[in-house]
Amino acid sequence: MNPVVGRVIWINGPVLRARGSRLVTMGEMVELGEQHLVGEVIGLAGDVMTIQVYEETAGMKPGEPVFGTGSPLSVELGPGLLGGIFDGIQRPLPVMEMQKGSFIGRGIRLTPLYHATRWQFTPLAQIGRTVSGGTVLGTVPETQQLVHVVMIPPGVTGKLVWLADYGEYGITDPVARVQTDEGEVTIPMLQRWPVRRPRPVRSRLEKIEPLLTGQRVLDTFFPLVKGGAAAIPGGFGAGKTITQHQIAKWSDAQVVIYIGCGERGNEMTQVLQEFPELVDPRSQRPLMERTVLVANTSNMPVAAREASVYTGVTIAEYYRDMGYHVALMADSTSRWAEAMREISGSLEEMPAEEGYPAYLSSRLAGFYERAGLVENLNGTTGSVSLIGAVSPQGGDFSEPVTQQTKRYVRCFWALDKSLASARHFPSVNWLNSYSEYIDNISNWWQIETGMDWRALRAKAMEILNEESHLDQIVKLVGPDALPDEQRVTLETSRLLREGFLQQNALDDIDTYATPRKQLKMLSLILHFHERAMGVVRRGAVISSIQALAVVNTLIRMKAVISNDQLDKLDEIGIQLDQQMDELEALYR
Amino acid sequence: MSDWMSGGQQISGLSKVEGPIVVVEGTGVVAYDEVVEIIDQNGRIRPGRVLEVGENLAVVEVFSGTAGLSIDGTRIRFLGRSFQIPVAQEMLGRIFNGIGEPIDGGPQPLADRHADINGQPINPTARVYPRDYIQTGISAIDLMNTLVMGQKLPIFSGSGLPQDQLAAQIVRQARIGKAVGEKGRSDDQFAIVFAAMGVKNDVAAFFRKSLTESGALTRVAMFLNLADDPAVERLVTPRVALTLAEYLAFDCGQHVLVVMMDMTNYCEALRQISNIRGEVPSRKGYPGYMYSDLASLYERTGRIKTSTGSITQLPILTMPNDDITHPVPDLTGYITEGQIVLSRSLTQQDVYPPIAVLPSLSRLMKDGIGRGKTRDDHSRVSMQLYAAYARVQDIRSLASVIGEEELSTVDQRYLAFGRAFETEFIQQDAGENRDLETTLSLAWQLLSLLPRTELTRVTEADINRYYQEKR
Repeated sequence: MNPVVGRVIWINGPVLRARGSRLVTMGEMVELGEQHLVGEVIGLAGDVMTIQVYEETAGMKPGEPVFGTGSPLSVELGPGLLGGIFDGIQRPLPVMEMQKGSFIGRGIRLTPLYHATRWQFTPLAQIGRTVSGGTVLGTVPETQQLVHVVMIPPGVTGKLVWLADYGEYGITDPVARVQTDEGEVTIPMLQRWPVRRPRPVRSRLEKIEPLLTGQRVLDTFFPLVKGGAAAIPGGFGAGKTITQHQIAKWSDAQVVIYIGCGERGNEMTQVLQEFPELVDPRSQRPLMERTVLVANTSNMPVAAREASVYTGVTIAEYYRDMGYHVALMADSTSRWAEAMREISGSLEEMPAEEGYPAYLSSRLAGFYERAGLVENLNGTTGSVSLIGAVSPQGGDFSEPVTQQTKRYVRCFWALDKSLASARHFPSVNWLNSYSEYIDNISNWWQIETGMDWRALRAKAMEILNEESHLDQIVKLVGPDALPDEQRVTLETSRLLREGFLQQNALDDIDTYATPRKQLKMLSLILHFHERAMGVVRRGAVISSIQALAVVNTLIRMKAVISNDQLDKLDEIGIQLDQQMDELEALYR
Repeated sequence: MSDWMSGGQQISGLSKVEGPIVVVEGTGVVAYDEVVEIIDQNGRIRPGRVLEVGENLAVVEVFSGTAGLSIDGTRIRFLGRSFQIPVAQEMLGRIFNGIGEPIDGGPQPLADRHADINGQPINPTARVYPRDYIQTGISAIDLMNTLVMGQKLPIFSGSGLPQDQLAAQIVRQARIGKAVGEKGRSDDQFAIVFAAMGVKNDVAAFFRKSLTESGALTRVAMFLNLADDPAVERLVTPRVALTLAEYLAFDCGQHVLVVMMDMTNYCEALRQISNIRGEVPSRKGYPGYMYSDLASLYERTGRIKTSTGSITQLPILTMPNDDITHPVPDLTGYITEGQIVLSRSLTQQDVYPPIAVLPSLSRLMKDGIGRGKTRDDHSRVSMQLYAAYARVQDIRSLASVIGEEELSTVDQRYLAFGRAFETEFIQQDAGENRDLETTLSLAWQLLSLLPRTELTRVTEADINRYYQEKR
């Protein structure tokens, strides 16, 4: 039983004040009232502590006890996380449903991980060796897809004096004992880690490999790297969620953490029901076997929403420490920022821009800087890539959360409402988006595909940029007034838009494109551009080019030719040349 | 919920009255969110609720206003429980005020049980993802922005637009959808819970009349907070209505359609209270917690595994100055699963219902339509219509500069398509109930106005089957 450290004196929504011990620490987790609601100390002044409460406070009264736990808000780390569905403070939602029914009540005390499960432990360390934080003790087959590496928790250093034999253990059973300067420490598989403190690494590495998503506009035009950070801003209805889902499904990370932060209940349910059914394209196993979901919907308590982002990123770092590449999706960081604003408001803090607290920027920085490709304490390489959705108010990118986020990410996927209205998906605007990782990964593309990705990308971007200039003129005088060479540019950019940038998430073939397919498609369209220019310069009229059968083929190839029949793309190239040759012959 | 309080204490005298809020000192133990009764000098009782508690101090909002309260002559009785209402099946067919008291002259309904109006969040793992569409009989909704059972789909309107007629038409015509060609499924009707917040007397009367005429009144429960009723009461009205809806859906297994209007008035009331309490405002003076507050209403929608019933929400709001980026529509759009936007220019062209197709969206549509649910080509046809109509807008702005005669023939055919789309597809009578098959064939007639090569969002098979080129 935890000791009483204070009594409640004031309550206002998710925030309350209590008077009591001066030994309570900032950030300490506390329990409130007879129902033991979970809270966190966020302010201290003399003997008065300010506490944010992770559960609904209706019915709470002055005079109710505050119990100290002596430790900061932490998560449980160990086998059993994968496939799990947790709320913002890592309570397991399926277990809650089984025990309490369809609605989330209060004061539910559950361990995040199921402690009774027994796991097959294979020892790997050597007794007698000096061990320290991160040292691998053994492995557990957590799911069919992923081996869980059991490690010494950070902060423990000493001599390994005992290691469990091969066999089945619960996560709280000891698997090792370490003789440290302060005495012998028993190590179970289960670790606890405070969510607001990044887990330590040995060093940060240069990022040189893309995080592939199979989405052409992202991989080819605005690539993210393993260990990088990206933001997806977009007003409502701009297709943010579906883009995030696509990345979660298709990215080549080994572990996926998906945080539904203050989003819609039905949408979260869709994720919860869809992910278990999804099959990993590489292993043919359920995607859930390498996924952790954190779901704190908009109507769940706001303080837990604030914590959900930290809960997720701490789990991500834990798997990174094992040497895995982890992709974390947070949908949406704006809801997270609003949770900060709401709590700041109840504290009557002096607001900065639009009511957001002045520390918004440093909190965002603290979050995005937890991304990285690193050398772990145990020498392995792992990464955490962060992808944060931003929901700017009124779709206006000049609002504080978007602006502050831009300072800390190097990849910006601007979603565009007008593209979404025309059902152009993914609605990533190619003029406003950017990626600063082009230099990092040019080499990778060259080695992987043998094609000059950088040059192809630059050429395509040039055509799309020119289109946007020409569009201004077309709006004034109509397309017929343009010379045919410029109309070829318009036609090519139409092919780029409809045949390449647009990608149908619901189409079995089109939903994922390998890097090779992407580049082959792109080079075909650019080849079309070159040939069409040549033919027009010889005197052909634009309508004769538009009438070529191959134009339609180029638009439809994305959904017709699957990733394993890329030679058919070469056939299209041959058709293209034939038709162009025939046309050219007329103008010799 | 009743175990957490020890109510019954009564305090004489207030220390402060400000707008709809009173501050009471000398309280014993009062719980946050507890319900109170305020008794004025004449013995009249007004309900209220605790907003903030400190030691020996409580801040209370008074639902029916503070006019007539004095500092010394007022007594407050703390009831020791949260705000609860009685719920019962027989509340259908009845009319209540904004806090759930009958105002139709009938008796207090016999309560099946009492329920806390704040509800509890649904565990996302306990939800069932909505996949069954609702046929509203309105083409622009059924084909382009399909409503799905368990969805929350607001109507974004502006002052002077026919949102009332549209809402009434949806309520009258809504049926559980069938696949095209499928027969025999029962023609299930919805129980309707209607929450009016700050609505004009005329509008409330219009709804009552419209529902009576269609014989629907027996399956409607109305909660009316009219424009001249106290503003604070508005904060309770939707919660009371949704509490009944949850009972009907999840206890009784009915399909419930909840119409809430006007959410803008609700938010105004929220701002008013926040303002009086001296809270730090965020955008346009609305409180920083408005997103969470609206979510606590809108998220009381959906289906759960343990019940066959469902709650579908149709909130209606007016966009101040037709501004969709105003905080009320903006925050709503981030919570709801899409929106139906009404257009002033269509209204001016006398098109009813004036649904602006391009900014409208139904997020749950993709899983409620298609083969076995509506028709195989449904999704592609709607994509094609969207794309084509978006193109029409571009061509129109071009035509306004260079004139229609200068347009290419393809562009001119787009213009013809655009006109027909507005006057034949979007336009329908307030009494016209089009089934989905009619709507789909109408859509193909319109697409047939365009050259075959322009139809890139539908498949070749679709074209071969349904396209009949017209020039």
